[in-house]
Parts: sequence; C-alpha cells; structure tokens
Amino acid sequence: MAELIDIKVNGKTLRVEADSDMPLLYLLRNNLGLNGPKYGCGIERCGSCMVLLNGKAQPSCVIPGSAAAAYEVTTLEGLIQNDSLDPIQNAFIEEQAAQCGYCMNGMIMSAKSLLEENINPTNQEIRQALQRVLCRCGTHTRIIAAVKKAAAKMKK
Amino acid sequence: MMEKRTQFNLDRRDFLRSSGHLIVGFTLLPALAFGGSDDCADEYKVSAVGDRRDVDSWIRLDSDGKLTVLTGKMELGQGIKTALMQMAAEELDMDMENIRIIVADTGQTQDERYTAGSGSIEGSGAAIRNAAAEARRYLLKLASEKLGAPVESLSVASGIVKSSGTGKTIAYKELIHGKRFQVQVSGSAPLKDPSKYRLIGKPQPRDDIAMMAAASTFYIQDLKLPDMVHARILRPPVYKAKLQSLPEQEISSLPGVLKVVTNGSFVAVIASQEFDSIKAVREMKGKAKWQTIPVAPLQKDLYIDMMKNASSGEIVEDSAALEKKLSEASLTHEAVYQKPYQMHGSIGPSCAIALWKDSFLTVWTHSQGVYPLRKTISDLLRIPEDKIRAIGVPGAGCYGHNGADDVAADAALLALEMPGKTVRVQWMREDEHKWEPFGSAMVLRIKGGMDTEGAVTAWNTEIWSDTHSTRPGGKAGHLIAGRDVAKPFPFETGGFSGGSYRNSVPLYAIDAKKVTLYNYKGPLRTSALRSLGAYANIFALESFMDELAVKAKKDPVEFRLAHLKDDRAKAVINMLVEKAGWRKGVMKDTGEGFAFAQYKNSAAYFAVKAEVKIDPVSKTYRLVKLTGVIDTGQTINSDGVKNQTSGGMIQSASWTMLEQVSYDPDGVTSESWENYPILRFEDVPDTEVFVIDRPEEKPLGAGEAAQGPTSAAIANAIFHATGSRLRQIPLTADKINWDKIKS
Repeated sequence: MAELIDIKVNGKTLRVEADSDMPLLYLLRNNLGLNGPKYGCGIERCGSCMVLLNGKAQPSCVIPGSAAAAYEVTTLEGLIQNDSLDPIQNAFIEEQAAQCGYCMNGMIMSAKSLLEENINPTNQEIRQALQRVLCRCGTHTRIIAAVKKAAAKMKK
Repeated sequence: MMEKRTQFNLDRRDFLRSSGHLIVGFTLLPALAFGGSDDCADEYKVSAVGDRRDVDSWIRLDSDGKLTVLTGKMELGQGIKTALMQMAAEELDMDMENIRIIVADTGQTQDERYTAGSGSIEGSGAAIRNAAAEARRYLLKLASEKLGAPVESLSVASGIVKSSGTGKTIAYKELIHGKRFQVQVSGSAPLKDPSKYRLIGKPQPRDDIAMMAAASTFYIQDLKLPDMVHARILRPPVYKAKLQSLPEQEISSLPGVLKVVTNGSFVAVIASQEFDSIKAVREMKGKAKWQTIPVAPLQKDLYIDMMKNASSGEIVEDSAALEKKLSEASLTHEAVYQKPYQMHGSIGPSCAIALWKDSFLTVWTHSQGVYPLRKTISDLLRIPEDKIRAIGVPGAGCYGHNGADDVAADAALLALEMPGKTVRVQWMREDEHKWEPFGSAMVLRIKGGMDTEGAVTAWNTEIWSDTHSTRPGGKAGHLIAGRDVAKPFPFETGGFSGGSYRNSVPLYAIDAKKVTLYNYKGPLRTSALRSLGAYANIFALESFMDELAVKAKKDPVEFRLAHLKDDRAKAVINMLVEKAGWRKGVMKDTGEGFAFAQYKNSAAYFAVKAEVKIDPVSKTYRLVKLTGVIDTGQTINSDGVKNQTSGGMIQSASWTMLEQVSYDPDGVTSESWENYPILRFEDVPDTEVFVIDRPEEKPLGAGEAAQGPTSAAIANAIFHATGSRLRQIPLTADKINWDKIKS
C-alpha cells in the first residue's frame, strides 16, 4: 500500500508517496529521478545499487524505502557539492577507471565509505572495501589506482 | 594532465541530441541532480540517412565550428567513440574539444552491421578517416580561393587554415557555414603522414567517463521518457516450454497493472510503476502453468555427447602429409581440452524502450547492431523497416551477443499493445542469466608430433562446438520472443559460422597442420561471446605447445620463438620477457606461465605472462599478476588499448578460473551471481600492459586479443607451480593433484 515517506536524501528531506515495501533503489531512481544507484541483481550480490546510509556503503535494492527513512541517504549525485565533483569522482575520471562504467556508482560509493574512515588504506584494504561490487569489464586495476589517488588528494 | 571536468551540461546536451531525446521533446532533469539549466528545448530534426559514399554521411562541420562524426558502430564501453573522434580530429587538424559523435542510429548513421569482432577501428575508423581526408581536401580548396593562395602553401591548426605566404588565416567554419560538404569520398584524398600525428597514438581521455562519474543520464536504464510505462517479461521456466494456463484476470486486477499480455508463450505484464510490474510478474511466476520438455543431455554427460553426436566434420585446414609426419615423428603427444558454457554476465541486465505512435515504431536499444535489429523487428512485427527507428543508447558492457536484441524485441511487441506509451522493459537478473545466449561449450583434441631436434612437425586439431553466432540479423526466429509468440518463427541456424574454429590453426611453422570441426547442436542457447571460439582454441593450442615444450625439454618461450617466423609475433614475446622477466630463479610455491596468439591469425598480436602462487596447506592458488604486451598496429588511443587489454585479461582470468553455466533437466540453474560466481576484487590479479605502437601499420582492434592467451598462460603457470596439467575449464583448485606437491 502506498504511504507517505519522509526521507532525507542528499541533504534534503523529501516527502515521497510509495509502497512501504518498495526497495529504496526504485524510490531513488523513479520517484526522485536519480541515476547514481543502478539495478544489477536485486539481491545485494553485485553492488551496482550502492548508496550511503549514514555514511556507510549499503546496497539499496532490498531495503524498503520506508525503512531507509531512518537514515541519511546519500547517492552518487549527493557527492557533488556546489557543482564540484568529489575528489573520488575526479580521481576516477583522471585514472579513466571505467570501461562500460555501470559499476562505477558502486565503486565510488564504497570508496567514499572507506576513505571517510581510513584515509591511508592499503591495496588490500581497498580490495576488501570494494569486494561487494562486481565489475565485468575487468577495470579493477584502474579502480584501485583511482581510490589510492583520491586518498592521496584528500590527505592534502 | 587532464583537467577537471565541470561542464556537464554540454555533455548532457550532446547526449540528449545523440540519443534521440529531443525527438520527443522532453526534459529529464533529475529532481535532485546538480544544478544546470534546461538547455534542451531546441528541436532536433532527423534527416534521412545519406549515401555511404558521401562525406556528409560520416562527418559534418556544424555552423558553430564543431565537427560531428557519425558512426554506425555502438559504444559498448570499449571507448570507440573517443578513438573515432581522434581519427577525424587528426585528419582535419582540429582539436578534440571541437569534435562530437553520434553513434548507431538508423535515423542518422550508416548501416555498419554489428559492433563485433574487434572490427570497428578497421571498418568505421577507415571510413571516417577517408571522409575526413576528403573534407580536408575540399576545405583547403575553398580556403585557397578565399585566401588567394595555392593549396600547397596552406597549413591547418585547430581548424584554422593559414597561408604560409601571406600569413592570412580563415577558419573552417567560415568556409562552409554549417552547410553540407556535398562531395563523395573518392579514396584519393591524401591521408596524413603518420609521422606528423599529434593525437593518434597518444592517450586520450574518454569524456563519457566524466558523465558516468557525475551520475548524468547516460545509460538506457536511466532514460525517463514521457508517458513511460514499465513492463516485465515472464519467461518460460525452461527452453521450449509452452504456456498452459495463467489467471490473467487475477493478475490484471493487481495494483497498478495496466495490461497482461499473452501471445502464445510470450507473457508480459505492463504497469504504471516499475515496482508494480515486478510484484505482478512475481505473482505470475507462481501461478503460470507450463508444459515442459526436460533438457538433455545432462551436464555431466555433455562432453561425451558432443564427441559422439556431432556432425560428420568439416575440414578447416588440411595437410596431405599429416599421417606421414605423425608416423615419422620421434615423439607424439595427444591431449583433450574442455570448456563449459559460459555467460556474458553483463552487470546491468538488458533493457529497452519502445514507442508505437502514429504508425511509427521507435526503439531505444543497447544492441550491437541497430540496423540488423530493425530488420529483425520488422520481420517479427510485419512493420516495414522504414517505419522503424532503432536508436543506440549505451547499456552495461555486453562482450558479445547478450540479451540486448531480445529485450528490444520484447519492448517492440509490447509497444504495439500500448499505442502512444513509451514502454520500458527491464530484464531481471535471472532473465539475463538464464536466457542470454551463452558462449558454447567446446571440446578440443590435439595430437602433435616432434622430430629429434624438438621441432613440431605435425599438428592435428579436432574441435567439437555448437555455433558461436546466432545474432538475429533479420530473422525473428533468433529472438526469444520470436519463438514464443503464438505463431512462432522458425529458428534457422543458417549454417555454422567460422567462429568455432577461430584461431584453431597454429600460427607456428609446422610442416603439416590439420584442423577438423565437428558441429554440435547442444542443449543450451549459444551465440557470440567475446572472441568466439578463439578463447577455447587458444587455451588448447597454447596449453598443448607448453606440453610439447616440456616433452622436448625446452623453455616454453624459446620453444615458441623457434617456431615463429613473424617478426611482430617475436617482438611482443621478446618485449614481454624484457618487461616482465621470465623464470629468473626458482621461488617456492610459485609458477610462471606464458602464452601467445595473433587474434584471428591476422589481427592484434598478444603475449602474456601469468604468475600464480599456491598454498599447499589450504590447497588453493592465487593468480598474482598478469602482464601483457600487445601490438595492434597503428595505435589510435594508447590508453584505450591498455584499458581494453587489461580488462580482457581480467575477464578471461575470471572465465578460466571460475566460470561455468550449470543446468539440470529443468533448465539453467545459474540464475544469479550466487551460483555463477565471477572474480571479485580480493581475487583479481594485478595487471600491467605494454603497447607496441606501429604508426605505419594498419590499425587493428584490441578488444578480444587477450581472451585466449590469458587462459592458457594461467594453466601453464599452474602446471609450472604444481606439476598438474589442468585441461578442463574452469581451472579450479580441486582439480590440482596436491599430493604431488612436497610442502
């Protein structure tokens, strides 16, 4: 049944009419017109739909939008501040860390979650942080390089 | 090196223009996206697609001084847009920021068939380069008249023509003022001397990556069109199943459901909200009754069945001397290699949108071939081709023939049921996993003979394989929907393609070589997966070369070099040894493997070294690093070549180490990433790629060169580390004989 959900997304509190069992992913993409989180598997196994819930990277394809209202939700769009990209987004562009790019949302959001906690991650820590996100093009080497580069920039 | 991108609006506008959004005159500013004015109100008119020989069919110089490149090839994440823009910019001496590109659209671009076989640079690239050279000659002639200076005295920089005599200048745009060139590509316009290249061969960043990073509307999955409704397909539980019953009334009355469509065994539900369509299709799945036929043969019997029940065999390569050479050999060796069905496994399941309005069908698709798709939809729906427009919009990487064409047909069928509505069909994960056409299972048996010097003198390969190409190409029977509708279309294989024996003939100098192909009609749906049969053929060939080297007590790299005559082949191998080293010193519990191939025996050269580390205690191995060297002739975008090659190595490592499609009598059981695992970050090897640029040579595609050699290099490294020769993909650790290893 449709209900009114007050949800905080990218710093704004919005009222959305949606089914209480509708996953957050569809609320973000369809009700709010956001492109960042992508549909990939629907069972939290590919990481395409990653968002930040209170700053932690989490898939959005299972958790209902109504339950996500308890958190501050951040999407890839929300990393852009005053028309400026986040250092992680810039690092992915500079390292050209994409082929098809469909996984990039999951990679950047997971990296954001990591770097907020650990600004000096080792390669192994980066791999662990991105473990939930699948990339089929095989761009992993560049993605690791991009996260390292972003970390170095953020330290400055 | 690269400047920070902040001008998203320009990118977005170009995107909207090229993806046909402006046709429906709709703005799609996401509610919470970063700011930016809606600058898309201008109308975009589609002109008829011109003659292939016209310069205007490939490039246009717009009144704002920008060059628009038109290609019939599709951007698949391989970076083709950037490479083609580089080629045009180079030939015309323009700057990259003044080039834009429109891809794959039957309303705008030429028919360039499929974006496949690593052929876009060789095909579309050559056409665009020639058109640009012709345009340059035409522009210089105009400039010569305007400036009163001979053509020979003119030079161009950043789209400005300058006379060396008078110093006077004129911009391209002032010569043509946005008008069409109206000249044909003669082929006689001089091409730029490669020694004068400024852009070709250099790393060129792709501007679409900035759009992806900024969450711009980019993928077909992101398109939000007016009056859009959402559909889901209820596929049968297994191939060839027939629908017996479905409580249509009950489904129709579910919240938000607009229509339930049943056409034979093609079943779908259309709803106003996406989540309503998902809930409805779940209900349908539980309530539909199907008549099924069990899948046979079973997975455990597959390879035996392939060798038993195939065609009588076609000769790919023959040598009358084979038997004689084999009998004279001082040493013979035989081995059988097996490769299971494997999937493309796009991370984003296939998606399409279609609109049937005023007796005209528009289809937004991530197909690799918009023209063949249009023809196939025309066949399926009996609508003339000129009443259909197929517009290419990027999806997730496809790596060959995945569900893209099928979902486009689904959307087209449903659009006819909902005139005036844009019908969006998004496949669910299990639809993609179970219904995409897989890369065929293959069996290879190789027998070889060597003389006393360790020279290979005889080589006999036998291949068992299902087809590697069932792309629709105009035949509705090649679409899932085409076979499920009430009046099904026949599936015509149209003979087996050359894909099965790609790269099966050794490039090595061997006195007698024979290759025979046995075509097999297997239990699962198959079609083109990146490199087609070359993956398994090279896996077998390059594993076998290693086995022969061991038998001949030769170093595997030296052994191959001794059998190669082609200098470019030797060069990639020598560079690999120089850059990555080769078996210098013995490290405990490690192994190095090598492999080489020239893709299709006629395209890119690629050599690769794999390093594995074993853990005899846990009885596992880890692929530590892959190092590759590639020669694609004239390199266009060196960064693109590296990206594609590194990606190819990692993808091939995933296929080789982990992947096989599982099925039982009730159908494909690999229906999620849970039961079809692919490499994840913690297991991905480090990669390094070196490019040999040959500016004077023809440019060659880079997309598929790494697939085959990487697989064999891993098998060869495992053998080197463990003494176990694994000949059955996936090369899982349980196949290693750990008892052989002294810990």
